[in-house]
Amino acid sequence: MSQISRGISRVLPMPLHSVSLLIVWLMLNSTTSLGHILLGSLLGIFIPLLCAPLRVPTPKIKRPLKALTYVFVVLKDIVVANIEVAFLVVGPMHKIKPGLIAVPLDLSDTLPITVLASTVTMTPGTVSADVSADEKWLYVHVLNMPVDEQEVIDWIKQRYESRVKEIFGC
Amino acid sequence: MSFTIELIISALLIFGGLFVLVGSIGLLRLQDFYVRLHAPTKATTLGLGAILIASMVFMYHMHGYVSINELLITLFLVITAPVTAHILAKAAMHHRVKLMERTRNKHLIESARIQLQPEQDNEKQEQNKEV
Repeated sequence: MSQISRGISRVLPMPLHSVSLLIVWLMLNSTTSLGHILLGSLLGIFIPLLCAPLRVPTPKIKRPLKALTYVFVVLKDIVVANIEVAFLVVGPMHKIKPGLIAVPLDLSDTLPITVLASTVTMTPGTVSADVSADEKWLYVHVLNMPVDEQEVIDWIKQRYESRVKEIFGC
Repeated sequence: MSFTIELIISALLIFGGLFVLVGSIGLLRLQDFYVRLHAPTKATTLGLGAILIASMVFMYHMHGYVSINELLITLFLVITAPVTAHILAKAAMHHRVKLMERTRNKHLIESARIQLQPEQDNEKQEQNKEV
């Protein structure tokens, strides 16, 4: 039995990725014809084989419902961010006061940090610029920094980091 | 196609077009590299989102099914846009690209650079110091 499962894991090192690749392929072509299912399966087998050495250990999503609410919170913030940034861009340039901040990270794994950094980039006036080598600090460029920079740090930590932490349970 | 649907689609298209335009204006007007990064990563996501929603409404009305391709485009955009911005900002920091005069906390760039230099380089520097 274990031999069989070992054989399967050799052919399909990332089964979940294989299935999602097949689904995405079918969605891209918006068909369910046999030819595309075969082609998609082939891609689903070979791409993970090529990518398997690049894998990093990823923690599992522990609270999927929280992840869903997180997506909606971020979507709402993206819309707000867009409008805010649009007005800043069109308005007078001297009003823009950029700055850099370093956010101390409580997260410990690659995937949660990636999710947090991506969120920071997508949301109001902030772009994540770098993560320190020890994964303890996230450097963020702020488009329009309030007088008290701690406000931005607290906002990121409370609104996003605490949620990401709950989702991954770390 | 009824008038209301046409109105909804055109409104979405104009809204989206405006945001993409603002993103481009930002690229032109903003003064330094980092600040310029903000314009395309933000203004474009909402602009493109609105255009894609318009496309979905159109497809639904003309062919009677919800086209999934638009959702996929949104998904890929949301995954890739932040990564590009992050890598660009990181590269800029490591090349010491000039910041606007009034940027606060400029010193953070140096601390970010030192922490992220590859180990070999650090060793070389230490060796140089010893010499």
